[in-house]
Amino acid sequence: MTNRPTTKTFSTWEAVIGIETHVELSTKSKMFCGCPANIPDEPNTACCPVCLALPGALPVPNEQAIEGIVTIGTALGCTINESSLFYRKNYFYPDLPKNYQISQYTFPVCEFGSLDVEVDGTSTTIGITRVHMEEDTGKSSHVGGGDGRIHDADHTLLDFNRAGVPLVEIVTEPDIRSPEQARAYGAELQRIMLALGVSDAKLETGSMRFDANVSVRRVGTETLGTRTETKNVNSLRSLQRAIAFEIDRQVDVLEDGGVIVQETRHWNEDTGATSSMRTKEESEDYRYFQDPDLLPLEVSVQWRDRIKASLPELPAQMRARFRGAGVDAATAEILADSPDLAGLFETAVAGGAPGKLIGNWLTGEVIAWSRREEIDVSESDLTAEHLIELATMMNDGKLSSTAGKDVLTAVMAGEGTPNEIAVARDLLQVSDEGAILEAVDTVLADNPDAVDKIAAGDSKPIGFLMGQVMRHMGGKADPTVVQQILRDRTRGE
Amino acid sequence: MADLADLTIAEAGVGLRRGEFSSVDLLDAVTRRASITEAQLHAYLTLDGQGARMAAESADAAFADGKDVGPLQGIPIALKDNMCTKGVTTTASSQILAGWKPPYDATVVQRLKAAGAVLTGKTNLDEFAMGSSTENSAYGETRNPWNPNHVPGGSSGGSAATVAVGSAFGSLGSDTGGSIRQPAALCGVVGMKPTYGLVSRYGLIAFASSLDQIGPFSRSVADSAVILDAIAGWDHYDSTSIDGPVPNLAGSLETGVKGLKIGIVTELMGEGIDPQVKAAVSTTATQLASAGAELIEVSLPSSEYALSAYYLIAPAECSANLARFDGVRYGHRAQVEGTAEDMMAHSRAEGFGPEVIRRILLGTYALSAGYYDAFYGQAQRVRTLVRNDFAAAYEKVDVLISPTSPTTAFRVGERAADPIAMYYSDVCTIPSNLSGDPAISVPIGVDDAGLPIGFQIMAPALGEEILYQVASAVESMAGFTQRAALASSEVVAP
Ligand SMILES: [Zn+2]
Repeated sequence: MTNRPTTKTFSTWEAVIGIETHVELSTKSKMFCGCPANIPDEPNTACCPVCLALPGALPVPNEQAIEGIVTIGTALGCTINESSLFYRKNYFYPDLPKNYQISQYTFPVCEFGSLDVEVDGTSTTIGITRVHMEEDTGKSSHVGGGDGRIHDADHTLLDFNRAGVPLVEIVTEPDIRSPEQARAYGAELQRIMLALGVSDAKLETGSMRFDANVSVRRVGTETLGTRTETKNVNSLRSLQRAIAFEIDRQVDVLEDGGVIVQETRHWNEDTGATSSMRTKEESEDYRYFQDPDLLPLEVSVQWRDRIKASLPELPAQMRARFRGAGVDAATAEILADSPDLAGLFETAVAGGAPGKLIGNWLTGEVIAWSRREEIDVSESDLTAEHLIELATMMNDGKLSSTAGKDVLTAVMAGEGTPNEIAVARDLLQVSDEGAILEAVDTVLADNPDAVDKIAAGDSKPIGFLMGQVMRHMGGKADPTVVQQILRDRTRGE
Repeated sequence: MADLADLTIAEAGVGLRRGEFSSVDLLDAVTRRASITEAQLHAYLTLDGQGARMAAESADAAFADGKDVGPLQGIPIALKDNMCTKGVTTTASSQILAGWKPPYDATVVQRLKAAGAVLTGKTNLDEFAMGSSTENSAYGETRNPWNPNHVPGGSSGGSAATVAVGSAFGSLGSDTGGSIRQPAALCGVVGMKPTYGLVSRYGLIAFASSLDQIGPFSRSVADSAVILDAIAGWDHYDSTSIDGPVPNLAGSLETGVKGLKIGIVTELMGEGIDPQVKAAVSTTATQLASAGAELIEVSLPSSEYALSAYYLIAPAECSANLARFDGVRYGHRAQVEGTAEDMMAHSRAEGFGPEVIRRILLGTYALSAGYYDAFYGQAQRVRTLVRNDFAAAYEKVDVLISPTSPTTAFRVGERAADPIAMYYSDVCTIPSNLSGDPAISVPIGVDDAGLPIGFQIMAPALGEEILYQVASAVESMAGFTQRAALASSEVVAP
């Protein structure tokens, strides 16, 4: 679908990619004040002297946010610093109330982590340089003018509801080598945020957003090329596309004898291209210095250990466990990505149902029904007990695999338990040997020609006889049992 | 009978509780005093007549009901205009905040109100507390109550002057490099800077966050302790406030100095200190020795660099602290064609005065890439040296003493054109801001021109108890009873 291959790297160029990810934490209150962190629609209704930067207001750190970043750092295998520092990052912008952002610089909360990502069955370890704590800005709407940027707007509207929402920045090492890997990294990071429950991690609303640092170099060279930073990447698909575009663009420039300018570039979803925002010469000097309003941020060993001990299972661990239960990699990923499906799978398998069958049902009929009916799986009548019951009926030969799927769909629609539905719809198979034996003998007696052919070594008529027996049984005989009996009976003739 | 406006807080408290007069009488007395002195002095920017009257009436009602929340109940107190007062104009003496009414009270304001104080109004200061003379106010300078041709010191010049003339019984100032102690010295009142973190900064319009500290002005050492006691203590809204017990301030006032080791700072008694100031400080030091203290000469070698370090750290912090004044959410907004960014730039250029702009530029430069280490980084290292010097000194002595200001009050306009000379006014006070330790200025006499001389006592962090102990002794030994020329309710013939 979207896997536009990275074209121009061929075998002569190599891309070097690093990603900075911003994640808004879903804490109860903002980073440095008591205002709610879930942003109301009505502009400027979740504000106070602190997040509006009124004269005299001071920041007080939110403990829940610190817990959130330590949780993230722990999940990414980071070192958690016992003491870290808040800095002021100075720049003027109308939606930045203090005209500096409280962030971290040297001594972030978390450092030296890593994350494994898999593309086409190959796993790569991406180094995590740092995970640091900061606060979000407000939101500007530049009205009028051309492209909604500040410089040619008629006027600017500001909403400070988002100002001060806790923001975690996760910075990778330049370990990523392809747009596909970048996308896999982004997807896995999003899964981790959801599994940890620290953020709703929605790319479309900006509660999770990516900046991509991209450079290219000749294969075999060690030195890094000049890099660009691409902003405004609002989906995993755009992340992959923007990086692919940027790699191609840089390779073209270099192959034409040009040089890459270190700059910030803007991804345009509609044109599918990046364009220059500002070059390094125009870039701001943020004049970082330690924020004198805030003491060093202390994370005690006890606190750190408690967070580590209560860390939930991570998506990679869950997928590995599901694969161990008999499903393939793709199925494991779909199950692990949905808490509803994962929950049903785990309970059903724990109840003795075969993993492969349950996995196929969940990723097949169950998802299909949910999409078709536009009803969440959790809203349907399906329970893990139903899955266990149905799997047992299949195992006992009471249902054909087609009938099993029909029953499953009917369960979701609320028609009853699998057995009730199978009975009501008259779908139960007969696997009672006596009844089948009787039917087989009748069919054999009616078709002596076929019996003769088989006796002469031609096994083709077996299929024909099967069909006859099934018709005789009204289609409700267990085909495996029928076939077995047919073979036994014809061999002896 | 003496005019009520000239009483100390302690004396007024006794009269209130004996029913000799009411809080409304006290308010009337200071209001009458202000109506006479303000024309020459200009200590107040805003008089909150209505709010003060309501507070005085409710204090009187409380007394009548037998309710007594403590020594500040019913006492008129003034506030420096860089502390937020809900619904009462707060400008920091800047055009950029002209007419701004905060929607909230600073923690110190809440605490004074809870203590029953009657808040009279807002006093003048150097714009955003940047200055040592209260000449850098967008609303006109304050004059010295002892001689209106001289400055009252700064930046809390208005708060010092009101207490000196009796248009308030006490007041709050803020001290970033000496902005309480130096004007206290120049106006002949007691001015005290607490340990950094003892008093919440929430609602104090920041100048330099790591140095700013709110403290009291008063006409006696005992009054100073009473006001500090009301405002000190941990505050959830200020992360840098100290979460621990508040020193027992009133307990040690009368215990004397016998057996104490008192260090006189060599570097602050040398060149650049006016001979008359030096002589007065030496006399008081000798008196302390006669009273049984051991006087020791102590060196703070890094104090030589303290002034330079201060004038990098404070501007650097202010360059970020004052960035929020951009015309977007409140305050002065320039009417310009162009983008939001143009509006922000013009609002700042129009709203800030020249000294504020000078310091913002200085601080921005000191933090710039390529200069950070040579300027801001180096200043932070000097700050560490200053702290180490103090720590070493306090291993040998209990308190340190020095002049508060190198000179008595200078003439209006005298240093206005020479920033470096102005900056030197704070040479004796800045080291305590860099170390974060408490210090107090007590008036000990006047010079030949009849201008007051201040005596500075410095103590280790949270050493407020011993600080007040020594201050109280100095006060009684100096026997300073003169009053400022303008401190009268009679109209003075020009
Ligand atoms: Zn808020």
